[in-house]
Amino acid sequence: MSSRLARRRRGPWRSRLRPRDVLATGTVGIRTRRARSAFTALGIAIGIASMVAVMGISSSSKADLLAELDLLGTNLLQIQPGQNTFGEAATMSPDAPSMIRRIGPVQSASSIAAVNATVQRSDVVPSSTKNGIQLLATEVNLTETLGASAAAGRLHDEASIQLPTVVLGAVAAERLGVDDVSNGPRVFIGGRWFDVIGILEPLRLNPDIDRAALIGLETARTVFGVEALPSTIYVRTTPAQVEAVRDVLARTASPGSPNEVQVSRPSDALAARAEVDENLQNLLLGLGGVALLVGGVGIANVMVISVLERRAEIGVRRALGATRAHIRNQFVVESTVLSLLGGILGVTLGFVVTTVYARRQGWLVDLPIQGLVFGVLAALLIGAFAGLYPAVRAARLDPAEAVRPAA
Amino acid sequence: MKTPSVIPIVDTVLELVDVVREYEGEPPVRAIDGVSLRIDRGELVAIAGPSGSGKSTLLNLVGTLDRPTSGRVLIDDVDTSELTDNALAGLRAARLGFVFQQFHLLAGMTAVDNVAAGLLYRGESLRSRRARSKHALARVGLDHRLGHTPNTLSGGERQRVAIARALVGEPAIVLADEPTGNLDSKTSAEIVDLLHGLHEEGSTIVVITHDQEIAAGLPRQVVVRDGRIESDSALVESSLSGVGR
Repeated sequence: MSSRLARRRRGPWRSRLRPRDVLATGTVGIRTRRARSAFTALGIAIGIASMVAVMGISSSSKADLLAELDLLGTNLLQIQPGQNTFGEAATMSPDAPSMIRRIGPVQSASSIAAVNATVQRSDVVPSSTKNGIQLLATEVNLTETLGASAAAGRLHDEASIQLPTVVLGAVAAERLGVDDVSNGPRVFIGGRWFDVIGILEPLRLNPDIDRAALIGLETARTVFGVEALPSTIYVRTTPAQVEAVRDVLARTASPGSPNEVQVSRPSDALAARAEVDENLQNLLLGLGGVALLVGGVGIANVMVISVLERRAEIGVRRALGATRAHIRNQFVVESTVLSLLGGILGVTLGFVVTTVYARRQGWLVDLPIQGLVFGVLAALLIGAFAGLYPAVRAARLDPAEAVRPAA
Repeated sequence: MKTPSVIPIVDTVLELVDVVREYEGEPPVRAIDGVSLRIDRGELVAIAGPSGSGKSTLLNLVGTLDRPTSGRVLIDDVDTSELTDNALAGLRAARLGFVFQQFHLLAGMTAVDNVAAGLLYRGESLRSRRARSKHALARVGLDHRLGHTPNTLSGGERQRVAIARALVGEPAIVLADEPTGNLDSKTSAEIVDLLHGLHEEGSTIVVITHDQEIAAGLPRQVVVRDGRIESDSALVESSLSGVGR
């Protein structure tokens, strides 16, 4: 037999299938079994959609965080007293802000000092009722350093900061039930009435300010008779010199014991969130990958069944002159097209999910084009790969056996 | 029927020489046991025999869907045992037409496209395939059913579509395996009439059947039993008349 095989000729006749007909033949099975094809493609679509959505959502969230960081600036530093070598709370000198302002690249520096007094809605609320609002004595330029703006009313100026007036952080105002300053609301602070002159917009980088009531340092001294020491100093630098300023800040704020103060950058916390999201993204991408794999196995499974069901068709096609390669290609094309349809549906779904979710979160929609290309390519490869084994089985069917009526 | 002129022109389409087909096993099963047969262009031949006689195996060998264990199958004077698998596929596309007992039409496709599929693996354009398909459907009397799918056609109509598919490429031989096996007697008779008509138009047709009556109605009968040719009416005639075909 083998010596005979070697002598076999190509003969005078050729079996040929036009490229167009390769595609048409490969999609016959899809066109005549629509419901099954739709469900099979859906498996791939879900996998692709989840991966595209994960990429899109995390990329949108990251883009939004970065855009916000750009807006807020990464040039805000803060200094807080830590502990001295004996484990006692350290303090900073009241002169520290003015010394920091002498550093060249510092645009502005401003301190806050915690004042031990309760902030209440009125004098009838028992003073034991806690509302978590911190009273802070501030310099007039605090809002400038933080880049804060007024949601209602106005900010402290040189005049108002000398008077018993208060500016409320966004959360503090809400807790005190103040949402409007036009009717001259007052709050009861440490046994005295203060006029509320303004409410701040929420501060993304300084949520502790949101929960505070701000009065002037001078007022704190005259009204409460306390000499408040700075509890935090905020420093705004020129953007290019942040690291240089950071290096000298501790020594400037506390020349005697630089180890006792802590310098940090509030925007780092926000930037870290983008990194955390990356880990979550990888996990979700992995899950999407598993869904995709299951979809691929589903396609392979359906193709194997399809080949069994279509024995007669395969036999007839062989009798009509199809070569083994024609049969194999038919099934590979079918599974590839099926998967590709799923991929296109999946990318579309993923895009829609990303857009809807990002819009709801108020984010920018940012879907990397690579994600879409990846989705379609992945579907293409999975389809071709999943179809290969069933297709080879189909091509190997004995045509004489295949056209015989099923027993 | 063609009447031979002075010199009979013998144009052999199919020739089997000592064909043996053995299936592996203990002991090996010899389904075809040394068959030699010649069929000329324009013949309408019945290959008859009870089930298990080997006639289906014979059809598969003639149709190149199967290869003989030994011996030769020649189609258009080409020895098929020398051809590669792909060359045999090409041979089937160009020179053979098949009709099956179960019709084996492609579901969901119209009659025109089913018949056009008979030309699919010749690399012809869809337009030309459809044009020839319509012509072939007209030949089998189905030009009023062009757009129908198999499930909207009767059994007889389905078999006519299958016959049109076998004919559409003007093959050297049409091989029909129990073409009336799934049809009632009235429809069977119509299909046999159709085969006679096509034969008169010049087609070479080999009909495999276990039905004695149908076999008897055809011009030549080859009876197969236990893998051997038991009788061949052409040989009987020639031996009686003493004239070589």
